[in-house]
Amino acid sequence: MKKFINNNDDFLKESLTGFGKAHSDIINVNLDPSFVSRKNKTKDGKVSLISGGGSGHEPMHGGFVGHGMLDAACPGFVFSAPTPDQMQAAAEHVDSGAGVLFIVKNYSGDIMNFQMGAEMYSGKNDSIVTNDDVAVEDSTFTTGRRGVAATVLVEKIVGSLAEHGGSLEECKKLGEKVNKNAGTMGVAFTSCTVPAAGKPTFDIGDDEMEFGVGIHGEPGRKREKIQPSKTIVGNILEAILDNLKPEKNEKNLLFVNGMGGTPLTELYLVYEDACQILQTKGVQVTKSLVGNYCTSLEMQGASITLLKCDDEILKHWDSPVHTAAMRWGM
Amino acid sequence: MSVSFLISQAKGVQKVIDENSAEIEVLDQKIGDGDHIFNIQRGLKLVVELEDSIKDLPLAKALNMIAMKVLSGIGGSSGALFGTFFMTMAKSPDLDKDVDFNKACEMIISGIKAMKERGKADVGEKTMMDVLIPVSEKLNELKNESEFKSGLNEVIKIAEERMLSTKDMLATKGRASFLGERAKGHIDPGARSSQLIIDTICKSVINN
Repeated sequence: MKKFINNNDDFLKESLTGFGKAHSDIINVNLDPSFVSRKNKTKDGKVSLISGGGSGHEPMHGGFVGHGMLDAACPGFVFSAPTPDQMQAAAEHVDSGAGVLFIVKNYSGDIMNFQMGAEMYSGKNDSIVTNDDVAVEDSTFTTGRRGVAATVLVEKIVGSLAEHGGSLEECKKLGEKVNKNAGTMGVAFTSCTVPAAGKPTFDIGDDEMEFGVGIHGEPGRKREKIQPSKTIVGNILEAILDNLKPEKNEKNLLFVNGMGGTPLTELYLVYEDACQILQTKGVQVTKSLVGNYCTSLEMQGASITLLKCDDEILKHWDSPVHTAAMRWGM
Repeated sequence: MSVSFLISQAKGVQKVIDENSAEIEVLDQKIGDGDHIFNIQRGLKLVVELEDSIKDLPLAKALNMIAMKVLSGIGGSSGALFGTFFMTMAKSPDLDKDVDFNKACEMIISGIKAMKERGKADVGEKTMMDVLIPVSEKLNELKNESEFKSGLNEVIKIAEERMLSTKDMLATKGRASFLGERAKGHIDPGARSSQLIIDTICKSVINN
């Protein structure tokens, strides 16, 4: 394992402390229990959005705390759900009286810990669960699909509605719509290495890729020989379009997300391939996002997300945001 | 069951889990995301470290402190589930003095029931509940018997059989459920760690 690390026990604490110092104009980092919150207090009457999950996906979620997005984020240990006392403390810290909406990715540990946090918090609160990964089956007999990169889009778009005075119910409704309108699928060329494990999560040949990989290095649909980018991107888009079935005149946001170890040059190449393929299929791309937003430590690979946008979604996508990892319009 | 019993069991379980950590880690990397063993080890370390602060406390208070430590110190599914287990045990009535076998069984049974509700998982879904639910059912049969030590050998056997039975299951709950057919052929890491915990505690009770 080659990582910038002093000792495993302090890994997360040291990283969070550095994050707090680097972005002290936007956020505060609280340790024990750990949560990231906005520098400025939530204004009265604004619904507070709180997300969280295992660490190792940075900038998700701490990098999305700030104006127009989250009010707080609760980081767990690497790839492990945060604990209920973190959610309770974050909610008590940020709630201005309008209630708290928890944004949770669909994993058993996250669901259980957020549920317990919500039970322990005495104020008004509700939750939405993201499950945009089309790589795995959505069936009533399973935990369902995994929540991955579209969580970023949900946080941005609902964050804007909350900033514009949306109620808890309205925020939840919009979040569920964005999640339902989004589909994601990822591919990995290399594994990630969890610091505590000290070795790669999975073995993969130099000429192989994991098609449909999860953001913790979980296996996806199949292991294949690596192919030209156009073929990979075409296969990913086919899976997403099968699932989302966008209408010809519908507007879409195309989001190419890096897993942490793939350079931006390649991510833009993927974006170009995706644009060309979508054009031949008559799918309109009107908004874009390219970069490392929902990562899997140092994994090489990328995911593609397509989000079908109506006017409400477009308006809240374009509105100003100022966080450590996403900033425009202000 | 007494506070000193809890502390000595935590130490015994910690030793056995550490000895088997490589196997559990590999199982989790095959069908999960590799965090289970670290969560279990971190939780056991935190509980063992509580010794000085809980050794003179009444059982209910000690269980409550263990519950809070597990809930806030572990994370992941294991933290929520084992935190729920200890929290439910701590809520049992009449814990002002040490409890007998019958009462200890009732506490464990209610703890496992609460875990089942929290995780919404039942037998046959390739999780730790595949081991814990049958064990809880067996304890329910055993709890009123005076000769319970021989019965604990059956608990050990049931835990092992049920742990092994997860190998050929399709997962429908937990991280492995996303894998479909690809999860088959691997024992569930949570079932393995739970079985090791039960094995260690039962053997210790039988031998003392």
